Amino acid sequence: MDLEYGERYEDFRHEVRDFLAKHKDARPTAGPYETKREELARWLGLQIDHGYWARTIPKEYGGYGAAPDLLETVIMDEEFNRAGVTRGLNAQGPSMLVPTLLEHGTEEQKKRWVGPTLRGEVMWCQGYSEPGSGSDLASLQTSATIDGDEFVINGQKIWTSSADMSDMIFVLVRTEPDAKKHAGISYILASMDTPGIEVQPLRTMSGDIGDNSFNQVFFKDVRVPLGNLVGRRGEGWKIANTTLKHERNTLNSNAEGTLMRLIRLMQRETCNGVSPMASPVYRDRLMRLQARALTMKHHGMRMLTCSLKGESPGVAGLVTKLQNCQLNFDIASLAIDVMGELGALYDHTKYERERGYWQAHSFFSLGLIIGGGTAQIQKNIISERGLGLPREPKPAKA
Amino acid sequence: MDFGLSDDQRMLQETLRSFLAEQVPIGRVRELRNETCPNDRAVWRQLAELGVTGILVPEARGGSELSLLDAALVCQCLGYAATPTPFLSSGVMATVALRELGSDEALALLEPVASGEQVLGVAVTETFSVREDAGVTLESGALSGKAMMALDAVGADRVLIAVTGDRLAVVRGDAPGLEVTRLTTTDATRCTAELVFDGVEPEAVFEHASRAITRMLDAGRIALAADVFGACESMIEQAVTYAGERRQFDRVIGSFQAVKHMCAEMIAELEPARSLLWYAAHSFDALPEESALMACHSLAHNSEIGWTDEQNLHFWFKRIGVARHLLGGPELLRERAAALQGLA
Repeated sequence: MDLEYGERYEDFRHEVRDFLAKHKDARPTAGPYETKREELARWLGLQIDHGYWARTIPKEYGGYGAAPDLLETVIMDEEFNRAGVTRGLNAQGPSMLVPTLLEHGTEEQKKRWVGPTLRGEVMWCQGYSEPGSGSDLASLQTSATIDGDEFVINGQKIWTSSADMSDMIFVLVRTEPDAKKHAGISYILASMDTPGIEVQPLRTMSGDIGDNSFNQVFFKDVRVPLGNLVGRRGEGWKIANTTLKHERNTLNSNAEGTLMRLIRLMQRETCNGVSPMASPVYRDRLMRLQARALTMKHHGMRMLTCSLKGESPGVAGLVTKLQNCQLNFDIASLAIDVMGELGALYDHTKYERERGYWQAHSFFSLGLIIGGGTAQIQKNIISERGLGLPREPKPAKA
Repeated sequence: MDFGLSDDQRMLQETLRSFLAEQVPIGRVRELRNETCPNDRAVWRQLAELGVTGILVPEARGGSELSLLDAALVCQCLGYAATPTPFLSSGVMATVALRELGSDEALALLEPVASGEQVLGVAVTETFSVREDAGVTLESGALSGKAMMALDAVGADRVLIAVTGDRLAVVRGDAPGLEVTRLTTTDATRCTAELVFDGVEPEAVFEHASRAITRMLDAGRIALAADVFGACESMIEQAVTYAGERRQFDRVIGSFQAVKHMCAEMIAELEPARSLLWYAAHSFDALPEESALMACHSLAHNSEIGWTDEQNLHFWFKRIGVARHLLGGPELLRERAAALQGLA
């Protein structure tokens, strides 16, 4: 057991801190979609120049070109979080498409898309889920047929985050209708301004709060060049799994930070002149959550150690998302309970606390229990891959 | 940065696990529960040969002076095998207290623990939970009163007792005026007792012992959390194995989502709790300012994980059920956790 990072990494931490102290005013204050593209590109470019964004992406594709080093990544995240400075582009392009292209794309695709995506010049959305294909994603029906040197896409995608603000979509389509369901899927890139693509916003329970928008995307005879295929035809499922792997990596929580925020809230609020912290009931709920937050924090350290040593964490590595998502929701629930009647206020009403942060956090974390693999699917994965229990038998064909 | 066990620690666990599986299988545990005290001296001596009983005892006193994390790993194995043994009282709590007191007189008491010749019971319940008007006082050099739920005091060579006024006293198990009565609990694998003192002359009295008491409670809570963790681990393994074998409705029951999701939920609680336990134990030596809080959280959290009665798993279930209230129940521990942070 050694919880020190060592001198070299502490030096690196100081470098990051110096950078943040010097440049934090250069960051855009609005979200990525409200910021002017040039302003965002300048901020992201500045980070790339210093190696704090796209650190391990090869230089030839627009990254900084450092060797992968997990502790450096952890330290950068810690320091940016501590300083309250966002990277600027927490979107599916850099987090999911870029690693996928680097692994499966052609040289031309990498050269064309990776750099502009990293600099926020091209924004991406992910076209996976369909109305009839959620957890059973491989049953998707959106089709692409070949006509000359183009794919022709028809179908519908749903739960497409930020589709209304994106330039491009990476989309899973069925290209081989006669193949088995997993073997008939291809991974295709399409421009959102291609004729035949229509985006309709979906209003969710969180209303306008938060910067995540959901949409439906309709495809009607959408023509896309054959060169926009990533990997080979029929390999889309395998490629999408690479992408989902990257998504699960991005679904880490900062429950400890949220819990500190809850403690401050509990110290501020009063009901009948008494602080909720003076109530053994609220206090007990808080301490339960603190134990869980500490548990997940140290579990993260253990998983990090496994990654550093190249050891498989086994079943322990499969439970993180399930536990963190529920924990975040439970923290928000206590915050809302502590505020009592005023916890119900919404939409920037008078007396609303923290500009509606807790309601938004509650709805958002509830969504994450479903998004990126539902809790129920997680439990199937844990019990089947982690504990070796058998799969549910398929129903006999009628 | 290395948040994990060393090779030595993994080996310690493997050795101890296979020793317990061979020497104290569940059939032997079943026999031992009929004894006045289920703790088996022969096992205690064998554990001493393996270097376990003195794992926290200073080298100069015949021990191996390892960390609380090592001791917690031992407890995890003992909980896993549901072994009745006085390691929690003698090997962890009394050892930590006497080491903290540090005098030659105190440290000398650890030598027979390391060698496996003696068992040291502990009676400290009244420092955090007074019921039935219990409490032990020292007047004119003699101890009076009673102590409840003392650990491993039946048949112990010596008992370490918390005495009113921040003192710790040591009495011989056969001291005149001391009456030791087993208080049978649902857990047949752990020995708890009532001690009644009627003018008992202590062998030693240590004044200003509040820090020693705090440290022994923190260590005891972390060790008990590890014991509970080991018991949980064993129950999950047995439940998953059974779910993978038992057939009903022409299918292995583990293929039903109702069953497999239960298993997934249990393991999803268990694996992160292992990380918390490691950190709590590590903090006891490396980050003592954090360890009181971590002790409360790790024991309360693990007690809450101790869930349902599965098939013939009652030894483990009951061990967890009783451990849930020894050294402070979850509500008491969380209230202390809040107080430690100035929140209560």
